[in-house]
Amino acid sequence: MIALQKVGVSFGTGATRIDAVRDVSFVVDAGESFGLVGESGSGKSTVLRAIAGLIAHARGDIALAGKPVGRRRSKADRKLVQMVFQDPYGSLHPEHTVDQILVDPIAIHRLGDAGRRVARALAEVGLGPEHRFRYPHQLSGGQRQRVAIARALILEPRILLLDEPTSALDVSVQAEILNLLTRLRREHGLTMLMVSHDLAVIAHLCERIAVMSHGAIVEQTTAERLATSTVDHPYTQELLRSNKGFRREEGEGLCPSTPAKADPLQSIT
Amino acid sequence: MSDTLLTVRDLRVVYPGEQEAFVALRGVGFTLGRERLGIVGESGSGKSTAGRAIMGLLPRSARIEASELRLGTTDLLRLDERGFRRLRGKRVAMVLQDPRYALNPMMTVGRQIAETHRTHLRSTAAAARKAALAMLEAVRLHDPARVYDLYPHEVSGGMGQRAMIAMMLIADPEILIADEPTSALDATVQLQVLAILDELVRRRGMGLILISHNLHLVSGFCDRVLVMYAGRVVETCVASRLAEARHPYTRGLLASLPELGHRRPELPQLQRDPAWLADTAFP
Ligand SMILES: Nc1ncnc2c1ncn2[C@@H]1O[C@H](COP(=O)(O)OP(=O)(O)OP(=O)(O)O)[C@@H](O)[C@H]1O
Ligand SMILES: Nc1ncnc2c1ncn2[C@@H]1O[C@H](COP(=O)(O)OP(=O)(O)OP(=O)(O)O)[C@@H](O)[C@H]1O
Ligand SMILES: [Mg+2]
Ligand SMILES: [Mg+2]
Repeated sequence: MIALQKVGVSFGTGATRIDAVRDVSFVVDAGESFGLVGESGSGKSTVLRAIAGLIAHARGDIALAGKPVGRRRSKADRKLVQMVFQDPYGSLHPEHTVDQILVDPIAIHRLGDAGRRVARALAEVGLGPEHRFRYPHQLSGGQRQRVAIARALILEPRILLLDEPTSALDVSVQAEILNLLTRLRREHGLTMLMVSHDLAVIAHLCERIAVMSHGAIVEQTTAERLATSTVDHPYTQELLRSNKGFRREEGEGLCPSTPAKADPLQSIT
Repeated sequence: MSDTLLTVRDLRVVYPGEQEAFVALRGVGFTLGRERLGIVGESGSGKSTAGRAIMGLLPRSARIEASELRLGTTDLLRLDERGFRRLRGKRVAMVLQDPRYALNPMMTVGRQIAETHRTHLRSTAAAARKAALAMLEAVRLHDPARVYDLYPHEVSGGMGQRAMIAMMLIADPEILIADEPTSALDATVQLQVLAILDELVRRRGMGLILISHNLHLVSGFCDRVLVMYAGRVVETCVASRLAEARHPYTRGLLASLPELGHRRPELPQLQRDPAWLADTAFP
């Protein structure tokens, strides 16, 4: 359903050039949930943006639903794949109410029945009618994130790209959203590609998982292997160790796996 | 270590609406010492609103009342915008949720941090630049010199969070309110960034309010945790004993956590009880 072959993205030129994504290849089958984890800044969001057709200068081949997609996407291509962005704030029009934000895509794709669709989408993400006519800045962080999820779902796409979709949600709302995604996958064969730093969330939703570091996929693994700590790459092993969280020794403070350098902080006193 | 840095008593915040006003905080109270105070709670329960009230960053239309809102000896209820401006950054700083959009989109990340340094420490341009670069390195950004020259839309989510943390720490505030500061960081970097905050609390006696949805993080890192639900604090507990919390909302939260290595087809969903909106005390 999603096939990437040697996809690369660079930003900048000369000394400031950075290869944000380097030769990334993977395949996600129809109805599968595929996870992407890895270092902050390793290129995960950039991969998702390339698949969504938002990076015109991406190299390599991307195919969706069996067809290669080019730089210019047709309206049908755009309905096929929807993305939930990492910062809901930036992806919601600040001068549009929630209602307008959700009605717009329905109008563009001439789906009709807007009123009912909007009400249903809001209910599915746990928002009430009282939120429907608010502006994004009048919502909490998690409420904005849920509007972004509702907007992605309202077109009933076959492929959903999710960039940290539950990071601003309390775990009870997170459970509701994860259950909703599980249900959509079961009932409609939705294909998902999800980025998250929360390994438990990724392992809950996804069977296969790719690990990124410095723009490249360093390991493709499974939820099963993450759970049993049988991963191969040193970066993935480090990630699993850190995932255990803090050990605070008596009166000693934290023990991070790599001690932070103290000096840069000293310079500011 | 209990000298009180911040006192909040019976804080109420009302957002006026077109049809009806929305009561976002309904009598919140807590104190903050030289400690790590965690705040967890429902999405929309007023956590960010509480932080913004302390910072004087609520929209002008919002109505704020409290029987006490005091930072050291400063009465925040009587402070005007100029007073808050003097306070912000130096005495109390806040890492906002959605940092990439909280930063100025027209100015590079490094310059914004350097400007903060100049404003509060009256430093020269060169010294400010040096301090900003050091701070970017301290928050574990790989290539501080490159990040310095990037605009907010050119950094990743986690890089933006670290840049914002760097900016808020550069003037060495007495209190830091961090609103979901590490939600976009991988576990490894998250530990490193928290270690910096921990260091500031232990060595410098900074007071830290950490707002987070990450229950593991809060219970492992903080000293105390407040649990918020619908505009009120419904429970306060010792962080390390969060697992023994008693309020049904907190119990429900703990139950709905996905666990690595213990996969369930469906996660338990919380059944919200209208009774939780009533004034019941859960110490
Ligand atoms: N428009 C841009 N201009 C310059 N550099 C960019 C741009 N967009 C992304 N980058 C760079 O590409 C790299 C990868 O960024 P990306 O957002 O894909 O990371 P990520 O894996 O999603 O990280 P995070 O987990 O922190 O969100 C970063 O170094 C970032 O600075
Ligand atoms: N300007 C505003 N006008 C009206 N209501 C608002 C405004 N700002 C926030 N609210 C409402 O106030 C409540 C509290 O918002 P706040 O941002 O403090 O929540 P939060 O606890 O930080 O939630 P989250 O965990 O989702 O970030 C929410 O229900 C929100 O919809
Ligand atoms: Mg990202
Ligand atoms: Mg918030």
